[in-house]
Amino acid sequence: MPEQLLQFLVTGVTVGAVYALVGLGFALIYNASDVVNFAQGEFVMLGALLAIALLGTGLSLPLAALAAILITVLVGLLLERVAIEPALGAPVVSTIIITIGAAMVLRGAALLLWGKDFHTLPSFSGDAPLNLGGATLLPQSLWVLGVTALLVLLVRAFFNRTLLGKALLACSCNRAAAQLVGINVRVMLRLAYGLSAGLGAVAGILIAPITFSSYDAGVMLGLKGFSAAIVGGIGHPLGAVVGGLLLGVLEALGAGLISSGYKDAIAFLFVLMVLFFEPTGLFGAASAERV
Amino acid sequence: MAGFYLFAAAVLLLPWLGIDPYFITVVGVAAGLHIILAVGLNLLMGYAGQISLGHAAFFAIGAYASAILTTRYAWPGLLALAAGLVLAGSIAWLLARPILRLHGHYLAMATLGFGVIAHVIMVQASGWTGGPDGLGGIPPLNLFGWVVDSDTRWYAVMAAATLLALWLSLNIIDSRIGRALRAVRGSEFAAQIMGIDTARAKTQVFVVSALFAAFAGSLFAHQQSFVSPDSFNLAISVELVTMVVIGGMASTFGAAFGAIALTLLREGLVVFEDYEMLIHGALLMVVMIILPQGLFVGIGQGLRRVLALVLSRQP
Repeated sequence: MPEQLLQFLVTGVTVGAVYALVGLGFALIYNASDVVNFAQGEFVMLGALLAIALLGTGLSLPLAALAAILITVLVGLLLERVAIEPALGAPVVSTIIITIGAAMVLRGAALLLWGKDFHTLPSFSGDAPLNLGGATLLPQSLWVLGVTALLVLLVRAFFNRTLLGKALLACSCNRAAAQLVGINVRVMLRLAYGLSAGLGAVAGILIAPITFSSYDAGVMLGLKGFSAAIVGGIGHPLGAVVGGLLLGVLEALGAGLISSGYKDAIAFLFVLMVLFFEPTGLFGAASAERV
Repeated sequence: MAGFYLFAAAVLLLPWLGIDPYFITVVGVAAGLHIILAVGLNLLMGYAGQISLGHAAFFAIGAYASAILTTRYAWPGLLALAAGLVLAGSIAWLLARPILRLHGHYLAMATLGFGVIAHVIMVQASGWTGGPDGLGGIPPLNLFGWVVDSDTRWYAVMAAATLLALWLSLNIIDSRIGRALRAVRGSEFAAQIMGIDTARAKTQVFVVSALFAAFAGSLFAHQQSFVSPDSFNLAISVELVTMVVIGGMASTFGAAFGAIALTLLREGLVVFEDYEMLIHGALLMVVMIILPQGLFVGIGQGLRRVLALVLSRQP
């Protein structure tokens, strides 16, 4: 039984790391624009499918991955320019519908490009499982965890140590005030969308060898990432990471100990419970309403 | 109420206009169902300012209550419908306080989570719901001896149900509760200070909109004589929100207009097959970017502006 628990934990942390990356993308965009980007999951899907397609054209894996990330970043920038900038300041529901529309466009385009088939990427460094105190660990899981940890540290350093990161944070606190002190808010907005699309693509490429990717793979991943961001307190980057890991572990435990069919219900029940007791997430600050 | 009589006249005249019967009996019935759902959701979203991304769950509760009670326990249709209403209303009432305490994206997340959980239960609890394959053989609705078993009769029933929903919505908005809700949307805090029990007002409207959805669900189950989880997934919840927003929030006829527009859109896009999703998404984005206040409200304002311009030009 302890080995089994350890196995669930290993699986959960791996999946949770991916949720964390997606949630981090949500937090970045939310910070810059107050918009929850429901197309975030589609960035993950695009990263995975693009990398698989590019690998198929004969590129080496690192090159294919890099190109896939760059193309996804361009898609993110395009989305910001075409759909978000013209609708800045629109009510929350309007922006939700716009990003849901964008998600449908990306999913529809992926359907036309790659059909409904499932695709997969070869593992980065073989499939020989490692033994970890009785639990098996795929080498790909190590890649997922390592790259996620590195990216989280980089994002953290970016916000805490660079002028650019602080400028981005300033936009999230008060856009008008940020503009008054000379921050180019539009550039910051593009930066956030580019970064977050890139994070999504990385997450997609990292899990492509573990799960099957198809045109609609982004839907559930996007929802889980959104849940991670909400559980952590939206707009709180580290909160999203903690939220993602918690969600992944709970889901794996639920699937293993209770029922795999109910695993999504268990994950969302957890999110509801968190919100019932902490209406602004685990790390979110309560906000005052201005009348 | 002028709009209501105009709409009622249109509904009555439609079958006699010589349009392809398919559009009246199939598309018309689907549109009616969507109008009931959208008008109910609009009470919550448009008037009380609370978003719900899980409304398909209440639609499902009505549908499955009718499906299970009539097929497995041989309940009469109307009694099953009433049971569905009671169940949906009770669940909404229980959920309302903890859920509606949340704001903005947290509320969106919680309602979305509720919808996903309901969908998972529909798929997994196959002993009750038939699982992913659904539940068939639902008998036609029997209204005091009058059996609704033809497309024409369904059009009549759906027309009456739609008009009832519109009439209820218009009256609720015009009542004391409706005014309280609009105050909540303006500013919850200010409404509280004016002495409005905002938690109570939000709970009431949440229950009412759940009742609208469950009512539509029961009709849907009998009309299709088959229900499956696919009719109640997240995409459907999103589509309902889209109807309200595309039509124009805080307008009963806007919501009805959005419901009709999206029903026709879905019907029209079928011919594009694989391009359907792409075009559907692009249209949503374009409408929301150009007319953030929605088609019905936006076009209405535009026409008024043009009219004012034309009138002011005259000497």
